[in-house]
Amino acid sequence: MSSSDEEQEQKKNGNGGGILDFIMNLEDVPSKLSPHLELIKTRVVCSIDAPQHTDTINYSGAYAALGVDNSVRLDSFCQNFKVEVKKLTDDDIEFDMIGIDPSLANAFRRILIAEVPTMAIERVYIANNTSIIQDEVLSHRLGLIPINADPTLFEYPDNAGGENNEKNTIVFKLHVRCEKGQPRITVKSDELKWLPNGSDLIADDTKPNAGSKPKTFTSFSCSQDSLPEFSKKPLGPTNPDIILAKLGPGQEIELEVHAVKGVGKTHAKWSPVATAWYRMLPEVVLTEDVTDELADELVTKCPVNVFDIEDIGKGRKRATVVKPRACTLCRECIRGGKEWEDRVSLRRVKDHFIFTIESTGAIPPEVLFTQAVKILEDKCERVITELS
Amino acid sequence: MEHGSYSDQSKSTFSLTDEDHTFANSVRFTLNQDPRVTFCGYSIPHPSENRVNVRVQTTGDPACEVLKDSCQDLMLMCQHVRSTFGKAVNEFKAIKNVDDMDMN
Ligand code: SF4
Repeated sequence: MSSSDEEQEQKKNGNGGGILDFIMNLEDVPSKLSPHLELIKTRVVCSIDAPQHTDTINYSGAYAALGVDNSVRLDSFCQNFKVEVKKLTDDDIEFDMIGIDPSLANAFRRILIAEVPTMAIERVYIANNTSIIQDEVLSHRLGLIPINADPTLFEYPDNAGGENNEKNTIVFKLHVRCEKGQPRITVKSDELKWLPNGSDLIADDTKPNAGSKPKTFTSFSCSQDSLPEFSKKPLGPTNPDIILAKLGPGQEIELEVHAVKGVGKTHAKWSPVATAWYRMLPEVVLTEDVTDELADELVTKCPVNVFDIEDIGKGRKRATVVKPRACTLCRECIRGGKEWEDRVSLRRVKDHFIFTIESTGAIPPEVLFTQAVKILEDKCERVITELS
Repeated sequence: MEHGSYSDQSKSTFSLTDEDHTFANSVRFTLNQDPRVTFCGYSIPHPSENRVNVRVQTTGDPACEVLKDSCQDLMLMCQHVRSTFGKAVNEFKAIKNVDDMDMN
């Protein structure tokens, strides 16, 4: 060591950095994870028998011995997080969420299924049902019909026995009869007629005093269709063609239903999504050149055409990966012996989620996701206030 | 509700009512990312009870404060997710509108 180097080292030591810091600052000491650790940290490797390295390494000090800080600070999360919308229709959305931990992605999925409120039919008052479908089965079918109403405009029902008013209840009636001598008819969800003034059924048997209105199952103080938010768009089922029952000649159904606000964890009928799911982005890597006949074999092996052939001149062919996103991880390409396992590496990117939401139609899918994230925020806020 | 000791506030178990894996697992993630945390984990003592216990042990800071900071972090992350998502959707809609117009 030359004298100037010695001086430098002493200076470093003198500055309180310590010998360890000096070593860490040397150029040939890695400050990043070595590639094989990086692979374990960021990819699930799908080998022939089982996936490997499936866990996420969250602990901030996991790589402390290597001098690598594993904590994710908020600003680095904000820098790296990306969303790319792939498909958006009235009912479904598919988007990529990049740079997020599975615990958060899963929280959003769970909230979408169980905690975003919607309106659903909760009470069914059957005045007459002579059809072959039993009252309770019919009621259950009615409950599952998605109602096209914005739940944010309604309040949760008061379970303490409070009244049903225009702010927490939507009333529909259904009255269908199949006349004798007529062909059978199919009762569909469009037969549900909105009653903006509340229930038509009289609640108690006592004769009302002359002049006063008889008491019904609801007490609306005003008609719902006089409210500006409903006057433009009448309330009803999202789909007009859901089959509820079939009536033979002489059979009749007359009933009234009350829809209220609720969440999916109480009953699945309140779930705003048909499904909400995610999958990790597949990554298919050819670890060695696959050429000629082998290339052809590889292309035919894959049922979803992940691979394609590329011409490399002199009449030779080489396999390339063209559609890794389509990979279903069937592992057909690594079947057929150790050679194939070595040639193809199937992986999943741990922090890249292909998220799909299918709405039942009451709330647009992009709004659903925003609401789900908002609900998680509210949970945090609640816990913070509880702890303070 | 916090179960800890007055003499050593760096270790505590927090019993949160009306929460489940949704919140507990997310906050476990943000807690783990905090360098002050030496251990954290959660458990649901009984599936029919709406309650989850979150255990936090720190290098010295009061566990309650660290948990609060983690909740705050989680909330800010959510806000960022929401705004990024909103932007992405708006961009996608704008591009789609232009495409639709081109077709007509
Ligand atoms: S795992 Fe299946 S789908 Fe994926 S690349 Fe291999 S053969 Fe194709």
